[in-house]
Amino acid sequence: MTALWLAIGFWLAAWALNVWLAGSGLSKSGPGRALVPLIFGATVLVLWEGLVRGLGVAPVILPAPSVIAAKIAVELPTLWQDFAQTILKGAIPGFLIGAGAAFLTAIAIDRSPFLQRGLLPIGNFVAALPIVGLAPILVMWFGFDWQSKAAVVVVMVFFPMLVNIVAGLQASERMQRDLMATWGASYLQNLLKLRLPAAMPFIFNGLKIASTLALIGAIVAEFFGSPIYGMGFRISTEVGRLGLDMVWATIAVAALAGSVFYGLITLIERWVTFWHPSQRH
Amino acid sequence: MSRALPVLTVLAGIIAIWYAAAVWMNATWVFDQAERAGTTVTWGEVIPQTMNQDRPLLPPPHQVGAELWKGLFGQAVTSKRSLVYHAYVTFKGTMMGFGLGIITGVLLAMAIVRFRVMDMSVMPWAIISQTIPIVALAPMIITLSSQLGLEGRDVPKAIIAAYLSFFPILVSMVKGLRSPDQMQLDLLRTYGASETATFLKLRLPASMPYFFASLKVAVAASLVGTIVGELPTGAIEGLGARMLIGSQFGEPLIMWAALFAAAILAGLLILVVGLVERLARKRMGAPA
Repeated sequence: MTALWLAIGFWLAAWALNVWLAGSGLSKSGPGRALVPLIFGATVLVLWEGLVRGLGVAPVILPAPSVIAAKIAVELPTLWQDFAQTILKGAIPGFLIGAGAAFLTAIAIDRSPFLQRGLLPIGNFVAALPIVGLAPILVMWFGFDWQSKAAVVVVMVFFPMLVNIVAGLQASERMQRDLMATWGASYLQNLLKLRLPAAMPFIFNGLKIASTLALIGAIVAEFFGSPIYGMGFRISTEVGRLGLDMVWATIAVAALAGSVFYGLITLIERWVTFWHPSQRH
Repeated sequence: MSRALPVLTVLAGIIAIWYAAAVWMNATWVFDQAERAGTTVTWGEVIPQTMNQDRPLLPPPHQVGAELWKGLFGQAVTSKRSLVYHAYVTFKGTMMGFGLGIITGVLLAMAIVRFRVMDMSVMPWAIISQTIPIVALAPMIITLSSQLGLEGRDVPKAIIAAYLSFFPILVSMVKGLRSPDQMQLDLLRTYGASETATFLKLRLPASMPYFFASLKVAVAASLVGTIVGELPTGAIEGLGARMLIGSQFGEPLIMWAALFAAAILAGLLILVVGLVERLARKRMGAPA
């Protein structure tokens, strides 16, 4: 029980510290802003550890964070192999192909307002559909290896990206387009120098949504058949064997991969769309 | 109405591509059969044969339509073969998750707007939570809840659906509750309004447009979550389970029919949420 009381004590102390930090002048500075969520995250971990140890929760229900960390250290090669299979071979190529195909489609229909008016409502609708359901079909078509995972990701990423890019290409203002017209800019110049840059905030918005979808797609597709490695395979088999520490280790890797992927896109966005109001501080 | 023609044109295009793809993908099987029988077939003979296979690689639209019709109207809605029944199971899960997501999202947003420390400590984690692929957690949540003695799959499904649907609501509600400007807040202060009164009479009404805008996203996310919750490890009811069964028994028609039933369900849900939004806006006196 001491572990539990210690954890609760830590929680209360961290809470008080956070309240003080948020109220003090420190919260305006960069490190102060980062510190508060970090303390919160640490508190959750400590409480989790304390609960599991203090109440003697069985490891088949919920393993303690320290146990999971130990598992990660031991199983690093397996985790890396799963990561390479699911993320590097499944999610990322699928993401790039899907986003690229959406981009080319958007450019292709750019000159036809008729097609755009037809495609946008359908694209919006399809983007809201549970496309993950296509996973079993695509696994049947492309086999068990990473190609089918990439295919699922392509389909999942395509429509949200298409909708965002088409909307983005219409985002430039009348005045700006008129200015380009007075300069006698060609279609290509118009596209490259005005409309594509203006579309960038929309495109990055789409890329962020797509980054989460890509991971979901790659992992779900593995539930329908995969080689004997991969994160989705690992999760479903280890759950069956009640090896929950390994499941949580894989989840940790997935969480880290997802956050890094999202963070990278945010960084590139900051670099590309530095002019946008949302990026100014 | 100016949108109907372009939409129909694109739809017709999609169906045409679909038929072409069906011929192309299913033709392999026809050629294989012919080769085994020692005969040759011309394309004129191949095309009709690609339209009616029992286990086509890609079923053409009319086959999917027929299977969907059979599933929806061909039997009593209580039958285990009826897609209406499975859609209802999925719908139930979606609604539970949606409700849970609304409650979580709104309560968190209220706390975040009220307490600066909540804003600083919880908001970053809420964003990170969405970069974690929930499907990784899905089988986990299902075993966990069964070990805790929860019967059935309703609770885990609802948790997964809520995990996906709370986030859009949270983000919009935070924006909405903060949308009253300083003038309006100052006015209420001159009235000597309490914090509760400010919340109920200014912040909450001001946040409603944001709330309803997020509901459409949230209900679609909730449906995706429910279907994902039905996919892994042995569910027997629900549209997700139908897809899984179709995949395991090599019955592509079942998969496609379930997929389109899910699409119809998604469309209906978004439509209903849109109607509720319009009603609520009218009640609140918003310009139409």
